[in-house]
Amino acid sequence: MGKYILKRVGYMVLTMFIIATATFFLMKLMPGSPYANQAKMTTEQINIMNHQYGLDKPAYQQYWIYLVGLLHGDFGTSFQFNNQPVSYLIASRIGPSMQIGVQAIILGTLLGILLGAIAAIRKNTWVDTVATFFAIIGRSIPNFVFAVLLQFFLAFKLRIFPIALWEGFSSSILPTIALAMAPLATTARFMRTEMVDVLNSDYIELARAKGNTPWQTVAKHALRNSLIPVVTIIGPMAVDLMVGSMVVENIFSIPGIGDQFVKSITTNDYPTIMGLTLLYSFMLVVVILIVDILYGLIDPRIRLSGSEGSN
Amino acid sequence: MAEQTNQIKLNKNSFNKVGANDVDEQEKISAPSLTFLQDAIRRLKKNKAAIISLWLLVIIIMISIISIWWTPSDPNAQHVAYANLPPKIANGIPGFTGKASVGGEIVDKYAQANVPKGTYYVLGTDYLGRDLFSRLMKGVALSLLIGMLATLFDLVIGIPYGIISGWKGGRTDTIMQRIIEIISSIPNLVVVILMLLLFTPGLGSIVVAMGITGWITMARLVRAETLTLKSQEYVLAARTLGESSFKIAIKHLIPNLSSTIIIQTMFSIPTAIFFEAFLSFIGIGIPAPNASLGTLLSDGQKTFRFLPYQMWYPAAAISIIMIAFNLLADGLRDAFDPKASE
Amino acid sequence: MEKILDVKNLKINFSTFAGQVQAIRDVSFHLNKGETLAIVGESGSGKSVTVRSIMALLANNAHIDGGEIDFKGQDILKMSPREIEKIRGNDISMIFQDPMTSLDPTMPIGKQVAEPLLIHGSMNHANAMARAEEVLKLVGIDNAKNRMKDYPHQFSGGQRQRIVIAIAIVNYPEILLADEPTTALDVTIQAQIIDLMKDLQHKIGTSIIFITHDLGVVAGIADRVAVMYAGKIIEYGTVDEIFYDPKHPYTWGLLNSMPTLDTSSKRLYAIPGTPPNLLDPPAGDAFAPRNPYTMEIDHEAMPPFFKVTDTHYAATWLLHPDAPQVDPPLAIKKRQAEYRELLASGQIGSHKAKEVDQNA
Repeated sequence: MGKYILKRVGYMVLTMFIIATATFFLMKLMPGSPYANQAKMTTEQINIMNHQYGLDKPAYQQYWIYLVGLLHGDFGTSFQFNNQPVSYLIASRIGPSMQIGVQAIILGTLLGILLGAIAAIRKNTWVDTVATFFAIIGRSIPNFVFAVLLQFFLAFKLRIFPIALWEGFSSSILPTIALAMAPLATTARFMRTEMVDVLNSDYIELARAKGNTPWQTVAKHALRNSLIPVVTIIGPMAVDLMVGSMVVENIFSIPGIGDQFVKSITTNDYPTIMGLTLLYSFMLVVVILIVDILYGLIDPRIRLSGSEGSN
Repeated sequence: MAEQTNQIKLNKNSFNKVGANDVDEQEKISAPSLTFLQDAIRRLKKNKAAIISLWLLVIIIMISIISIWWTPSDPNAQHVAYANLPPKIANGIPGFTGKASVGGEIVDKYAQANVPKGTYYVLGTDYLGRDLFSRLMKGVALSLLIGMLATLFDLVIGIPYGIISGWKGGRTDTIMQRIIEIISSIPNLVVVILMLLLFTPGLGSIVVAMGITGWITMARLVRAETLTLKSQEYVLAARTLGESSFKIAIKHLIPNLSSTIIIQTMFSIPTAIFFEAFLSFIGIGIPAPNASLGTLLSDGQKTFRFLPYQMWYPAAAISIIMIAFNLLADGLRDAFDPKASE
Repeated sequence: MEKILDVKNLKINFSTFAGQVQAIRDVSFHLNKGETLAIVGESGSGKSVTVRSIMALLANNAHIDGGEIDFKGQDILKMSPREIEKIRGNDISMIFQDPMTSLDPTMPIGKQVAEPLLIHGSMNHANAMARAEEVLKLVGIDNAKNRMKDYPHQFSGGQRQRIVIAIAIVNYPEILLADEPTTALDVTIQAQIIDLMKDLQHKIGTSIIFITHDLGVVAGIADRVAVMYAGKIIEYGTVDEIFYDPKHPYTWGLLNSMPTLDTSSKRLYAIPGTPPNLLDPPAGDAFAPRNPYTMEIDHEAMPPFFKVTDTHYAATWLLHPDAPQVDPPLAIKKRQAEYRELLASGQIGSHKAKEVDQNA
């Protein structure tokens, strides 16, 4: 296991290096000016600015400086937003994003597991139909549409929740629900398929033959066996969450990194875009690694075979 | 129990020997045999939700095709005087009366704007006075087009990539899989956004940007399927007989991969439609003045609190299209792979 | 002889898209205390459905249309789910066919073996684990103490079937239902498992219903044999009676298709044709279309059971007093001759027939 993890971490570093390089050179190719009011600036002023940001150096030197900076946690300086260091910008904004992200993934997976399990246990009944219908809705309606609908009815019409401000837990509820829809639908659907499979298996029949009640059978045997593969979809769900957070934070005016990313795009703030791209990729790579390790730990068939079992 | 015999009427012929029936006759197969495809279609037809979705999509696609040549009015023509008119149709059924509540009072917006009698905007107008129904028609058409073009990319890159990777195996496979691993560890949205910053915004760049990452799922599925098929006896037999790899791929793999490909395609189209809407929503998608579901949603969202109808209809349209595609895809998957559903 | 289980006129149908499949058509049999009853038949003859109905473990689309299953004076078919759950894994347990898929892949085997003890509250956790270890030793798992925490995938197929058997016997059940417990195993392992089951029966005094399509296995383990065809029992008797003096043409076919050491012909005999469609079973003897000895009556009326000896009954019109004498296949005649010799020499005899069937 240790050797396997080490190997995976190695690949992770390589992946991050390739991503950093690709992002850097892509940014070099980007059209548009980094300076919002370039039209009004003199050539001299532009030169001064370029020098200040190190943009007058040859590309390979900029690349080197950039890489060295990354190792020190320095993502460069934002062209916009009062010329703050990108790392500072990210640090000050990651809290709200993490909060709604974590809340959404907990809410989504727990409800999804529940919904999927019930649908599988009551397969081909109205309960199953209703659960499947909700899963389809959750998967089909784009989260920003859902977010706007929630905002309109619960915040604007019924005034149960604040419309768009970031103050305390109550303001995180609607964005959490909007973000949780996609993971909920994905988990419910996946869980149902797995559980139906497991419930048809011979060892479930043996569990019944031992004298377990239907609920004991589910609790002791079916649930654990269907939950193990569910771990594997956490990775894709994390991606959905990152994507979703960009619009949801925007709609609910949450000062998070998703909102920052959208703003940086519209202002051509390349250092911030680069920093956030790396951050998103890093988070994703880490999540995938953790999921793989977790999967190996909870499934005895992989844990005990020792070598690399998951892929 | 021997007494039971008495209840049965016996005659002198009863114990005449007749022997076994003709074996060939017994063993003939009574039900007509169905090909895999016929069987799948039969199963699909039983799935009401999928069939309804299929018809719905056919209708939507037909309307989209019509919109190429005809829309009620020019979708990009601006009538600032007629801005933000609510929906109205001739008979004025509730919700389509052309009236709106302003400060608690019901006001006939059409009268206010001096719209000539007989002019109706079925879904109202936007802030530039453009006919929203025409824009919705065009928008749906454009979104569907993007969905299909992006999916075409999936097919063109994903299928050959998956087949080569799975078929060649060994080092080729390892390298090709590493590449996929690296690409897929960047959130595809980030890739798409970076690409869109690089190219000038528009239909082509959106399709290319989505195509760059979208093929990965297809390639993975095709590779997995190819690996399974490769070890099948009949492919082994074809190889033993010395058929070229290319011929085997065409003759044996493509037909067997078809169900995987069709199902994945049905899932890719709505994903692409979602991405377009998302990109337009955050302002880097289809540039103005063209309408797509995303731009309509984005415009509608800005005034949603006060003019909700501008968001309702595009939101309903995208939801219906997404649900229909997903239901159809589910139905196809269940039909082609009965194991997955049972 | 004390009857421990009495199945009377059991009828089970399955609802399918094509219609009602009459899987079990009026089956009656009983099980005596301490004996092994083998139910033999080809796939789809209804043997698995029969034993699953005893455990009330039928699929959702099955419904019981009549009959009784009496266990200790109570009809299992009339019990509530709670009452049945009390019997399962306690008084009656079951050994499943495929050891590779019958064990929970994510639970240590010690826990799986101890589970029936804990469910039925017969002992506390520590004692249950101790008993589980003891039973694992009994079924021949080496080093049982250290292997309690191992998972199923760490065992071979034969070992896993031993564990499945350990789960079934851990509560010392009165009845053990074995659903083709050796089919999925290698021949050498099969023999070991059969020996193990005989040994265990001796040690814990359980009664066994052993389902198989393999007559070779039957000879080694059964006291009595019931032969099933198309959802009905068509012949039953002691193992010697069925093997040496079968009366039903289907049993002849079965025995004939079994390879023996002195099988002289190069080709194995196969019964021609296929079993009837149970969506619409024939009015007469279901075997008639495949039976070379078929008479007109076979197509018209279902044959009742005719008594051969006190323990041996067969449902074939050939046993009717008015029926003509027929010549059984050569191999069967050989068997019958051998049987008469053995009976005469006293090597086997009617004393092996453990009881007199009062039902008949």
